[in-house]
Amino acid sequence: MPNFLANFRGLAWRQAAAIGGPPAILWAPALVIGAFLLLSPIYLGIRSLGAGYEFWDLFLRIRVLEILLRTLLLVGTVTGASILLAVPLAWLTVRTDLPLARFWNVLLTLPLVIPSYVAGFAVVVALGPRGMLQGFLENLVGVERLPDLSGFPGAMLTLALLSYPYVLLTVRAALQRLDPSLEESSRGLGYGWWGTFRRVMIPLLRPAVAAGGLLVALYTLSDFGAVSLLRYETFTWAIFIQYEAALDRTLGAAFSLALVFLALGLLLGESLTRGRSRYYRVDQGAVRPSPTVPLGRWRWPAVGFCALVAVMALALPMSVLVYWAVRGVAAGEPLLALWSAAGNSFYVSGLAAAGAVLAALPIAALSVRYPGLISSLLERITYVGFALPGIAVALGLVFFGANFARFIYQHLSLLILSYIILFLPTAVSSARTSFLQLNPRIEEAARSLGRAPLGVFTSVTLPLIRPGVLAGAALVFLLTMKELPATLILGPTGFSTLATSIWGAASEAFFAQAAAAALLLIGVSSVPLAFLMLRERR
Amino acid sequence: MSGLVWLNRNFWLTLLMLGLLSVLVVGCTREIVKEVPQEVVVEKEVVKEVPVEVVVSREVVKEIPVQVVVEKEVVREVPRDVVVEREAAPGKLVVYSGRSESLVDNIIRQFGEATGIEVEVKYANTAQLAATLLEEGGNSPADVFFAQDPGGLGAVASMLVVLPDSVLEQGPEWARSPEGRWVGISGRARTVVYNTDKLTEADLPDDMFGFTDPVWKDRIGWAPTNASFQAMVTAMRAEWGDARTREWLEGIKANNPKIYPKNTPQVAAAAAGEIDVGFVNHYYLFRFLAEEGEDFAARNYHPRSGGPGSIVMVAGAGILSSAKNVENAERFLKFMLSPVAQQYFAGQTFEYPLVEGVKIQRVLVPLADIVKPDLTAGDLVDLKGTQALLQDAGVLP
Repeated sequence: MPNFLANFRGLAWRQAAAIGGPPAILWAPALVIGAFLLLSPIYLGIRSLGAGYEFWDLFLRIRVLEILLRTLLLVGTVTGASILLAVPLAWLTVRTDLPLARFWNVLLTLPLVIPSYVAGFAVVVALGPRGMLQGFLENLVGVERLPDLSGFPGAMLTLALLSYPYVLLTVRAALQRLDPSLEESSRGLGYGWWGTFRRVMIPLLRPAVAAGGLLVALYTLSDFGAVSLLRYETFTWAIFIQYEAALDRTLGAAFSLALVFLALGLLLGESLTRGRSRYYRVDQGAVRPSPTVPLGRWRWPAVGFCALVAVMALALPMSVLVYWAVRGVAAGEPLLALWSAAGNSFYVSGLAAAGAVLAALPIAALSVRYPGLISSLLERITYVGFALPGIAVALGLVFFGANFARFIYQHLSLLILSYIILFLPTAVSSARTSFLQLNPRIEEAARSLGRAPLGVFTSVTLPLIRPGVLAGAALVFLLTMKELPATLILGPTGFSTLATSIWGAASEAFFAQAAAAALLLIGVSSVPLAFLMLRERR
Repeated sequence: MSGLVWLNRNFWLTLLMLGLLSVLVVGCTREIVKEVPQEVVVEKEVVKEVPVEVVVSREVVKEIPVQVVVEKEVVREVPRDVVVEREAAPGKLVVYSGRSESLVDNIIRQFGEATGIEVEVKYANTAQLAATLLEEGGNSPADVFFAQDPGGLGAVASMLVVLPDSVLEQGPEWARSPEGRWVGISGRARTVVYNTDKLTEADLPDDMFGFTDPVWKDRIGWAPTNASFQAMVTAMRAEWGDARTREWLEGIKANNPKIYPKNTPQVAAAAAGEIDVGFVNHYYLFRFLAEEGEDFAARNYHPRSGGPGSIVMVAGAGILSSAKNVENAERFLKFMLSPVAQQYFAGQTFEYPLVEGVKIQRVLVPLADIVKPDLTAGDLVDLKGTQALLQDAGVLP
């Protein structure tokens, strides 16, 4: 009993230096979640045991070093490009008097919901050597062939345009809670805007940029749709060949396990960029909302930049989709209304978002407030599922579900669990970034003024970390909306979502139907996104 | 004032969290409850309506060769009193379908309506379902595995029962597994899709080997990871032997072919003129024609002197040894091989029917006119050997 009380008292969330370890209300759920997260690597380990000689034989035969380098090249460039796109966009939409800032917010986040196989196909159809753009230019100025984008440039472009919103969302959340007084001091002490940006803003935004960048890197690592359509062979592509073409789940698992190690390398790299710095305000006073920066004559170039990104990332694939739908209808193709699939998508995505946020909070709180080996390990483990191809995670849950937990097998709850395993790090990293900006003294003050621990959490902590938590929920929601392999494999029989409908139609060249479903997917996703963005304070 | 607003917001957020959590819980429990009554069933009765269907469909076939009307008529003709009788317990059936929902949903639903059997279908791609079945093992809820290609069926062959002769005899012998563990349901031909602006059929070589000629440099598209392509290579190995197949692979590779992940983008690229020819399955073209009209600048060519380039592969189905609804599963296979279903495949999916007396789409080259090699579906299952060859030849990395 005294022990329990001591734990409970610990809820005032002190720094690690404080007396007593983390409270049970934090570490108990965190450990349970950690155990679930380990299911995938454990399954891959079990399955890989059968590989042995055959694995090394193939490992050498597929020129693994070359594929590894190609993968790392893609991961590095996509991450870099995403950061270069997202940081200015985040600053423009949060800190300046950019016209229609909220509208751009929604629009610029939406590319996240476009499945990569749709985006890849759209890029091929629109920008291919003899694609739609070429057709347009041929009529205009007689261009007969455009340079071929397939291979590295196309894959890099597609993935960067699909994944920069990860950085955008995390950096936006950080900017909203950034204390302007540091910038003002910097300006007051003689730095110009560039000096301030370089010396103050970049260091302060670094955790958010690194968190978003890590998500981009791991997403790129796990993507199959875009790289296969744009013909750039990566590690995940090699895994898919084993699963889908060779029908060899043993080698598929062995390669997935190798991918886990690759991901761990990236995670370690990102850990090294994390210092022991603190990112919250330590003196008296509260964080004020930042003043709005007038753009002046840069107003229209800024709008132009936002528009350019929105056109490339959203309008381009959407116009291809609209074109397919219209063309199909004109040719007499029937378009089915997919309201029940849309409803299913919305329902499971909402559940996944809620579940992921609930799972993310204890892990993020532990890793920020009680930094140590176990809490950082827990936090790092969440990323493993995100780096794995969905099929590897899904088959792992099939293995455990069908053999050891039949009561939830092919049941919605197992599907939701797979979404949480796959997408948890997006929620953890957003929540974590917000936690970093929160001074624990505020919580302690609330505690000392008589609030119960849970009261402190709901009345002080949660409102302050809200931007990060909501951004995380939005990310999980959007990712779940387009998730395909786990939905196909783990969904109850007869269960279909918009993503499975798009896939089902597109794989048999029912383009009009696929396009209609994809447009509906984008439409349905924009509703909660718009709600979230529009009610947020500027 | 502002304090009050804050309080409100927090309260609201907490409520939202709890609400979502409770939805999660309710959502889960609700599903569990739903599944219970389904397991109560399973008994048997019924047999009657199978002959009825056959008669009906024969009439239909004679009158209208085209699709949509066929279904409607069949559905209506199934006597309603049969449905009433079946109320006792037609039972259920779980199908894992590697064939896309857009292709087979209608005919599966028709089976359910005609028999009263409650059919649950899980759609995914064939390879994913094969891997899922292997992970599930004896605990699989599936009764029937309906696969896009023989490779997927071959991967789970040890989990499939040997089918009774009454099922096997409905389809042709060349289109089933040698041990009788699965039957072919519909046929799909390998073909060469070509750009009609640049080429006519006369410009195309007599057989697949002709494409190794350097005049085809930079003009070919292929999809080496695609299951159907690999089935064709397996056929080449069976027809030509490994050495000559390797020669062909290296010859095409020397012509710098464009690599595609699957068939559809190849057909699109052939029509757009990005490639002049592509090695694909026959039916994708007709989907494009349906969506884009007759102007679509690509057509199929079945190599005139035949060979492995014009094999006919099958999509097939088998029954799992762990199946709980074996009788319904057998009825499903019989139905899929009945003239009604075969007419559906011919009419709706542009595939080749496998039973006699079913009309194909007029745009298709009749199966009898394609010079195809003398191979059976069983000859096309050595996927491992084909993959090793593709890797050795540097076609797959």
